[in-house]
Amino acid sequence: MNSLSLTFPKGGVHPKEFKSLTAHLGTEIMPLPGEVDILLNQHFGAPCTPLVKKKAEVREGELIGEVTQGLGANIHASVTGTVKNVGTAPHPISVRAPSVTIQTDPDAEPASYKPTDWTGLSREKILERIRNAGIVGIGGAGFPTHVKLAPPPEAKVDTLILNGAECEPYLTTDHRVMLEHPEEIIEGSKIILSILGITECHIGIENNKSDAIEVLKKSIEKTGSNGFQIQVDPLKVKYPQGSEKQLIQSITGRKVPGFGLPFDVGVIVQNVGTTRAIYEAVALNKPLYEKVVTISGKGIQRPANIMVKIGTRLRDIVSYLGGTRPDLAKVVMGGPMMGFAISDLDMPITKTTSGVLFLTGDEIDTNPHGHCIRCGWCLDACPMGLSPNEMGIYVEAGRPEETAQFGVFECFECGCCAFVCPAKRPLVQFIRLAKRKAKK
Amino acid sequence: MEENGLTETGSRLWAVSVSPHVKSGESVEKIMWTVVGCLVPPLILSIFLFGFQTLLITLISVGSCVATEAISQRLLHQPVTIKDGSAVITGMLLAYIIPPGVPYWMPILGAVMSIYVAKHLLGGIGFNIFNPALIGRAFLVATFPVAMTSAWLAPIRHGSIFKYMGSGVDAVSTATPLFVLKHYGISGVIEKFGSLSSIYGSFFVGWRPGCIGETSTLLLLLGGLYLIYKGYITWHIPVSMIVSVAFLTWVFGGDKLFTGQPLLAILSGGIVLGAFFMATDYVTSPTQKTAKLLFGACIGALTVLIRLKGGYPEGVCYAILLMNPLAPAFEQWFRPKRFAPQKGGIK
Repeated sequence: MNSLSLTFPKGGVHPKEFKSLTAHLGTEIMPLPGEVDILLNQHFGAPCTPLVKKKAEVREGELIGEVTQGLGANIHASVTGTVKNVGTAPHPISVRAPSVTIQTDPDAEPASYKPTDWTGLSREKILERIRNAGIVGIGGAGFPTHVKLAPPPEAKVDTLILNGAECEPYLTTDHRVMLEHPEEIIEGSKIILSILGITECHIGIENNKSDAIEVLKKSIEKTGSNGFQIQVDPLKVKYPQGSEKQLIQSITGRKVPGFGLPFDVGVIVQNVGTTRAIYEAVALNKPLYEKVVTISGKGIQRPANIMVKIGTRLRDIVSYLGGTRPDLAKVVMGGPMMGFAISDLDMPITKTTSGVLFLTGDEIDTNPHGHCIRCGWCLDACPMGLSPNEMGIYVEAGRPEETAQFGVFECFECGCCAFVCPAKRPLVQFIRLAKRKAKK
Repeated sequence: MEENGLTETGSRLWAVSVSPHVKSGESVEKIMWTVVGCLVPPLILSIFLFGFQTLLITLISVGSCVATEAISQRLLHQPVTIKDGSAVITGMLLAYIIPPGVPYWMPILGAVMSIYVAKHLLGGIGFNIFNPALIGRAFLVATFPVAMTSAWLAPIRHGSIFKYMGSGVDAVSTATPLFVLKHYGISGVIEKFGSLSSIYGSFFVGWRPGCIGETSTLLLLLGGLYLIYKGYITWHIPVSMIVSVAFLTWVFGGDKLFTGQPLLAILSGGIVLGAFFMATDYVTSPTQKTAKLLFGACIGALTVLIRLKGGYPEGVCYAILLMNPLAPAFEQWFRPKRFAPQKGGIK
């Protein structure tokens, strides 16, 4: 299988995986927390406008936030209960953001959804269900799915790629979803193929998840093709294999141009978890208000894959999993290569949280950085063929706006450069600073 | 900037910094000390070949480089970084490229020139334009030309084991093979060292007069290959430099075209030491692979030019020094190939 596995040709790194901490653990459903903090911007775009007031009664799955301007995705109550406050909550990127706090009614009957036949629905009706359900790309970026699935007519999309690479170390969320719900993913892919009016779908999965590859292959055989061509493509284990541009290049050989989008080369990419959410939205009419997250790292007592309500505070998850260990040194929302370090356990889970890592001192590196010694390792590691070393030096020299000539906006901050840098230079930080100062 | 900043929650302090949160585990210190380790075997051999003064000269050179680094950084109000091992490498390399019979104060002068002038006055690690150890040697050659070009020792003391390596003659010249070649031609080399086929074996192991650490192609090659295996250096500069020296020597090194002795050229000077341990210095060489190939080839060409037409029998030192300041230019000429910079990049 190794010889057949696909990958991208330039750059990439091999961080230690640490997936064995949680890969074998089945998803457990976390008991309802006492309160949830549902952020009103969990997506790419402007925050939603709250539709509920303080003391209002809300039901699980009820719409509580609506898109009123620009891009966005609806927000739903994840529990049945009473609105305690419409205020703000800690946000992993924006520090604080508008949110709705709901006090859970522990005696409420959980919502239930039954599968319905979606095949008779029109394309518009399916897209409307996806939009109503507030589906966003839950693999990371949070781009509204109903927008992504309606590319402009001039884009000639011919291929759907499902992203099951999960190249970030520690994270096993997608892995568990693929193992536990393969039929829903396959059904979801058929929904997307119908929307796009195409037949070809590739599911890209890194080789370290051979069980998921087998399960999905079997599931494809079992459910039948219905005229669709769905296949599993094993991928080489290499970070950032799951990056959209690298994944597209690995599977189709096409290169998405700078400032371009996948549909420019005829491809739409969806994360496997998002695909399952699309299935639930279309076939079950279920909004996106709960998700599987990996809680891992040596700093948590009991690493696990858990199904949580969106808005669950990390503090509640930590106490459910037995607390943190005394040598905890860093808490990261997301993967260790691209996640955000946080300082506050009141942070709630959002639609795009794929994991929370509790890292100890020996898992992270806090050494101070030195001068660039021009080893050139970052040039070899960069999957975009950029020169992180030079961009860092320009930023340090106080000339960040001049980095545009080196293609700073093509950088998607995968962190390979800073991962390999022997001088421990914070190259991603330099590049983020450069992007703020430089003009496109 | 919040790098390495700490934040307080309850009684604990957590680090918060920009991603990535995990690193490869490599560090400047690890690279430097690995290079130091790779340079130790030639030093041990040199003690067998030329006696304990080679160890003493190396220790004096390393000690003065480290001391100069500490004093320079204090004077220039920089953090003292002697533990990173880079001054130790400079000290070893400086000792390795001076003759074993020089007076003991000479490496001290070279060290001050290398570390204070060529490294720290130019901004310290990462900013030096020239290879510091080579600047030290160039300074010594210019200032004490007699000692630096005649203080050779014959590798006979404790060296009898190498007679088994196949050298046909017992009496070994104290002049270096390259000196003999320059002044007496190939017949002189054969007369003083033995027939070509018989001397390659002992030259390869290191049994010949020369600078302290340059003689053993075998041990330098082992060290260099280990650095390539570790990924600390790439093959591009050493290979292109050695190939270029061999090819140009073969073409122009003989009485007629295409009659030179390429193997002798590689085994009898500082080519291998220079190719693996000096021309590959990160700071003073280009980072792009194609640039590295051309850079190495240019060093090889300049080496052969100096050897054949210049005033010195050996040219590696000046060839590398002449190419060092061109590294940034190579960087501009050879840009990395970007993924797909413009729209419409379907391939």
